[in-house]
Amino acid sequence: MIRIRELTRAYEMGTERILALRGVTLDIARNEYIAIMGPSGSGKSTMMNLLGCLDTPTSGEYWLNGEEVSRLSDDALARVRNREIGFVFQTFNLLPRATALHNVELPLVYAGVGGRERRERALRALDRVGLANRVQHRPNELSGGQRQRVAIARALVNQPSILLADEPTGNLDSVTSEEIMQVFADLHRGGQTVIMVTHEPDIAAHAERTVVLRDGRVESDSRGSALDPYTPAAAPEPLAAAAGAR
Amino acid sequence: MSLLEAVRFAFRTIRAQKLKSFFSLIGVLIGVTFLIAVVSVVQGMNRYMVDRFANALIGANTFELRQRPSIVMDDVTEDVWREWRRRPRISYDDADYVRERIRTPATFAKFCSDRVNVSYGGKVAKDVDLVGTEESYFRIRNYEITAGRTFTAQEVRAATPVLVVGSELADKLIPGLDPLGKPVQIGGLPYRIIGVVAKQGTLFGISLDKFAVMPFNAPGRRLICPINILDALIVRTDDPTRMQGALAEAEAAMRARRQLKPDQPNNFAFQTAEGALTTWQKISRILFLALPGLVAISLVVGGIVIMNIMLMAVSERTREIGIRKALGARRRDILAQFVVEAAALSSAGAVLGIGLGLVLAWVVNALTPLPAAVAPWSVAVGVVLGVTVGIAAGVYPASRASRLDPIVALRAE
Repeated sequence: MIRIRELTRAYEMGTERILALRGVTLDIARNEYIAIMGPSGSGKSTMMNLLGCLDTPTSGEYWLNGEEVSRLSDDALARVRNREIGFVFQTFNLLPRATALHNVELPLVYAGVGGRERRERALRALDRVGLANRVQHRPNELSGGQRQRVAIARALVNQPSILLADEPTGNLDSVTSEEIMQVFADLHRGGQTVIMVTHEPDIAAHAERTVVLRDGRVESDSRGSALDPYTPAAAPEPLAAAAGAR
Repeated sequence: MSLLEAVRFAFRTIRAQKLKSFFSLIGVLIGVTFLIAVVSVVQGMNRYMVDRFANALIGANTFELRQRPSIVMDDVTEDVWREWRRRPRISYDDADYVRERIRTPATFAKFCSDRVNVSYGGKVAKDVDLVGTEESYFRIRNYEITAGRTFTAQEVRAATPVLVVGSELADKLIPGLDPLGKPVQIGGLPYRIIGVVAKQGTLFGISLDKFAVMPFNAPGRRLICPINILDALIVRTDDPTRMQGALAEAEAAMRARRQLKPDQPNNFAFQTAEGALTTWQKISRILFLALPGLVAISLVVGGIVIMNIMLMAVSERTREIGIRKALGARRRDILAQFVVEAAALSSAGAVLGIGLGLVLAWVVNALTPLPAAVAPWSVAVGVVLGVTVGIAAGVYPASRASRLDPIVALRAE
């Protein structure tokens, strides 16, 4: 489903040119549950942005569902994000003044789905993450775990090809984190492709495949949930650290 | 995303920030209020001037042949004034001569008036407008008689000392009693009241009902005009469209009678309702010319305020824009959202402004004699201006928002 070939991404930092990704090749099949790991500065944020079609690569190819998305225009990328990708962020990124229901409806608004169908689908998505009784609550009336569930419902509501989670448990306590991981596991069992970017080995351990990035390259790609996590680098390279900060 | 959706987003945001939204639309509000209120007051004054002032003093399709204009609002130089005073006055014979030579069907009345005191028993009414005229005067003035009758042509010919009085004079002089048949005195001469004219109301706060009308050659005529001399010959054409024709006939007749050479100016004047209004029309034209400038200034200020608020909103809501973009909002969706929000703000200002303008017009209407009528076109212009200002002010901030990089926007605090 995802075919990535020699993907690079360079940033101009003043006069310096920083390579955040130095040629990543990766295939991800439908219904995989994959964790992308790496120390800070390894290029995992850049990887996440490229996978999520928020950014375009400097060179290389990114095929998503048979479409070469690495050269699309802004608006075409917006359409791909809307249809194919469901984001779950570390900081939830819900609209603070909107209710849970309205937050979940948002992707459907941009997909051009009409009012009644939108509401039904949003309610179904909220029901799926166990929040059927919280639809009219605003984010500040919900706990962290509930907020992340709203975000997951929002990510799923347009039936995307990929659920793309960026440190989904980074702002949650361990009990809640486990609950969220349980939700991910259930979704995966239901056929959903899940890509999770994290630096926490405990969280990555829930995935069935782990890709470790280091210095903009794939360091290891291993299957099995009980894998050995990466060992942190003693001192990150200054160049790579700067790229990671971008 | 549909327009309806954009409007819904916009109103959700405006509702969430009521106070800020209110302050941001105040400029447009003032501009539109001003537009509605000024237009309705000026139009109201216009109508007042035409209906009450000109038509009450002179009347529609009526002109007066006079020695000099009776209603002068322009500044008149000393020289002009002196020339006016040197002119010969209008005599009975002048009036008859002109009357015979006007072919256009019309009603005529000799006219003379001045302020006199009228007494009844021990009571004296001071500064009463005494009019000496003919029986046709009541038709020309459209006076409605509430009691008694007007005087007849025979009574005019016989110079009978009879009076038709205004309602206020009747009430003041003979309160609580039937004024008909009561003997009153003017300058020591006895008169008999034969009719009362319906209430005319006020003009600029001055009563129009303190008058008495008598045959022009009745015994008291010396009190108001020298012998054989008139203030005016009043001419009212039956057909309003033919008034200018009658005016031309009167002018030609008068010039012939005064034996004026072609290069000599008229040594007489015609007073018309329109003539009395020329100065007012000049004033109202200036007001209407100045109005767009004043309204434009407040709308430009209002637009700048809204643009500022929208620029602030864009930077405050950078993260929201990032979220929306990540969820699939295209540039034009973000653009539409912010433009519609600005347009909604400014239209809300326009609607409030219209409301406030209506209230102001109503207050003017209730507290002053001006009939301040709200012009429907000014309401329409107000709405259109409100929406336009909002769109114009919203485009730049919205386009900045729509061009934000989603990655950068998502990282914003």
